[in-house]
Amino acid sequence: MEYIPEPRQQLILCCECGSAIPPNPANMCVNCVRSIVDITEGIPKQATVHWCKNCERYLQPPASWLSCDLESRELLALCLKKLRGLTKVRLIDAGFVWTEPHSRRIKIKLTIQKEVFTATILQQTFEVEYVVSSMMCPDCTKIMAQNTWKAMVQVRQKVDHQRTFFYLEQLILKHNAHQETINIKEVKGGIDFHFAQRSHAIKMVEFLASMVPTKSKSSEQLISSDTHTSTSNYKFTYAVELIPICKDDLVSMPQKIANSLGHISPLVLCTRVGNTVHIIDFKTLQIAEIPGLVYWRQEDITPVCSMRDLKEFYVMDVELLGRHAGRYALADITIQRMADVGRNDNVIIVRSHLGNLLNYGDTVLGYDLLTANINNTNFERLSSDDIPSVVLVKKSYPERRRKRKMRNWKLKKLDKDEGDLAPKKMEQEKLEADFETFLRDLEEDPELRQSINLYKDANAVPRSVMAGGNDDVDDDEDAPEVPLEELLEDLNLGDDDLDDVAME
Amino acid sequence: MAVRAQFENSNEIGVFSKLTNSYCLVAIGGSENFYSVFESELNDVVPVVHTSIAGTRIIGRLTAGNRRGLLVPNSTTDQELQHLRNALPDSVAIQRIEERLSALGNVIACNDYVALVHPDLDRETEEIIADVLGVEVFRQTVADNVLVGSYCAISNQGGLVHPRTSLQDQDELSSLLQVPLVAGTVNRGSDVIGGGLVVNDWAAFAGLDTTSTELSVVESIFKLQDSQPSAIVNDMRDSLIDNYS
Repeated sequence: MEYIPEPRQQLILCCECGSAIPPNPANMCVNCVRSIVDITEGIPKQATVHWCKNCERYLQPPASWLSCDLESRELLALCLKKLRGLTKVRLIDAGFVWTEPHSRRIKIKLTIQKEVFTATILQQTFEVEYVVSSMMCPDCTKIMAQNTWKAMVQVRQKVDHQRTFFYLEQLILKHNAHQETINIKEVKGGIDFHFAQRSHAIKMVEFLASMVPTKSKSSEQLISSDTHTSTSNYKFTYAVELIPICKDDLVSMPQKIANSLGHISPLVLCTRVGNTVHIIDFKTLQIAEIPGLVYWRQEDITPVCSMRDLKEFYVMDVELLGRHAGRYALADITIQRMADVGRNDNVIIVRSHLGNLLNYGDTVLGYDLLTANINNTNFERLSSDDIPSVVLVKKSYPERRRKRKMRNWKLKKLDKDEGDLAPKKMEQEKLEADFETFLRDLEEDPELRQSINLYKDANAVPRSVMAGGNDDVDDDEDAPEVPLEELLEDLNLGDDDLDDVAME
Repeated sequence: MAVRAQFENSNEIGVFSKLTNSYCLVAIGGSENFYSVFESELNDVVPVVHTSIAGTRIIGRLTAGNRRGLLVPNSTTDQELQHLRNALPDSVAIQRIEERLSALGNVIACNDYVALVHPDLDRETEEIIADVLGVEVFRQTVADNVLVGSYCAISNQGGLVHPRTSLQDQDELSSLLQVPLVAGTVNRGSDVIGGGLVVNDWAAFAGLDTTSTELSVVESIFKLQDSQPSAIVNDMRDSLIDNYS
């Protein structure tokens, strides 16, 4: 016989079922405790999470939307926040149970602890199922819905080209002024900006006014009104008209205004349009600025010729007269129309401000006032002595030299809605030509570049590689280009960027 | 028989009543229900007395007693003492005790022969207990609790002790008391035995929450089952033989 020690653990009877158990704080066996209290009571076993189909983000109540992967920490946190009763228990563990990604169900396994009686802590594991219901987020709704805008800014310029708008686009991008826009729509003669709130539109109008001389008019349309609370719902429209004078335009004005601008000649060239219009008298190098106020008072300062009327001339001789003003120098320049070169000896001698830019053999762009068909009241009032035969505007660079060169920089673009009328082929070509002109302006004018952001073009082939195959490399020397130090690194957060890196 | 009772929605009936083999004290409640339960069960065998001690209703915790006597704390008023003297049988000695631990019911657990008391009780008090109640007094703890009156209930037949009382302690207590002991609970798992249960040699009252399992433990350890055939034979054997011989 061997000695079997009797168990020294005292046992009591479970007060519910009568089975012998070691004493515990509840003095009840675990099964009985479970059957009496459910610690998961008050915690919903099913819940709904809202998910935007378009941007694939989850709603974090009350109003924020989070993008999170399936089975990610963020999604777990979001799901746990949905369970209301979870604050009353101690959460020990939580994890995802795998579900088919397309099933629109998320299952979470939770382990919780709770004190049921005095000093009796019960632990339980259970699953919660979430139904992923799709609900479009306000951001996507804004994009999808047509008529959500509350205020609109219509920007118009009464000219036949788009260059000002290209420039404005870059200004807007640089200053991030388009942040609040719901929609940007391209329409004939300008751009419409749509906003959800009136204040955003006013901000845009003020931004535009600070950049270029503008005239704006506001109007409102009553959508609905409540007589009980005397509140009403309006749509606001701000019509912003840009000054129709552009860079390199030939501008004529009444003598009276010319006198008020420091007795400048009534026929001047516009050199820059910033907050004010900068003009130069090409015959005396006198410089003046026309503030927006002065312009909009009478609207009597009108462009005579603009970009499209430029003709190319061949420079035969440059005779400097000795007067300088900034980068301009006064000179008498002998030129010949491009069409006449090699055919006859019709030369024209003009006085110009481009003395130190031009040399013999260069080509230059200018307005040929002798042959131009001008329909302008201010211009007609000028005496014929004041009217030169040709007004030189800027140096030109032969087409063939440019063609060879690829730009090593690029511009960003606004996300614009082209509207109902897709541009016809003719218009498309015109638009591209305008854009090309704008890009050339940027290359030639460092002052213009200052106010906007240019970015490095990663796709551009390095110049040295290009030049290696060419015979006449030195021809390119004088062609204007943007220095590399002025360019910004482009930050691209798209997938393409990742591909690029991988390829490198 | 063991029956369930409730005092004004409280299951801790041991707080509001005191039961011995010769008398029963109940607190003065808003309703007579509690009193009726005792009255119907005790069936005029022993007097059931309404009383308060020191103006309170927690008479079960303030008094200690057995068949031979009743101990009341010093705070008991003269009027209450007089009332008790009038209501209880003459054989029951009533003694007011000057004791710092005035909740006598909590610090003294006794049957008609043995008393377990709080280890810190006065020596004088100990002597009074021995004299008035006619018991042997032992300073003991139940499951490391000094409030022996709260955590156990004993009669001349058996005893119920705190569920955490180790087997060793149970053996020790059982040898002191000379009755079988069992660890158990009342009021659905409550370990405050003295608070939830009053018992004498033929009746027990437990809180209303007490489960049938707990009640059956109470009935078996205090030998309250009338249906046990051996019980009547063993109990009445001597007197029967006396009568018929």
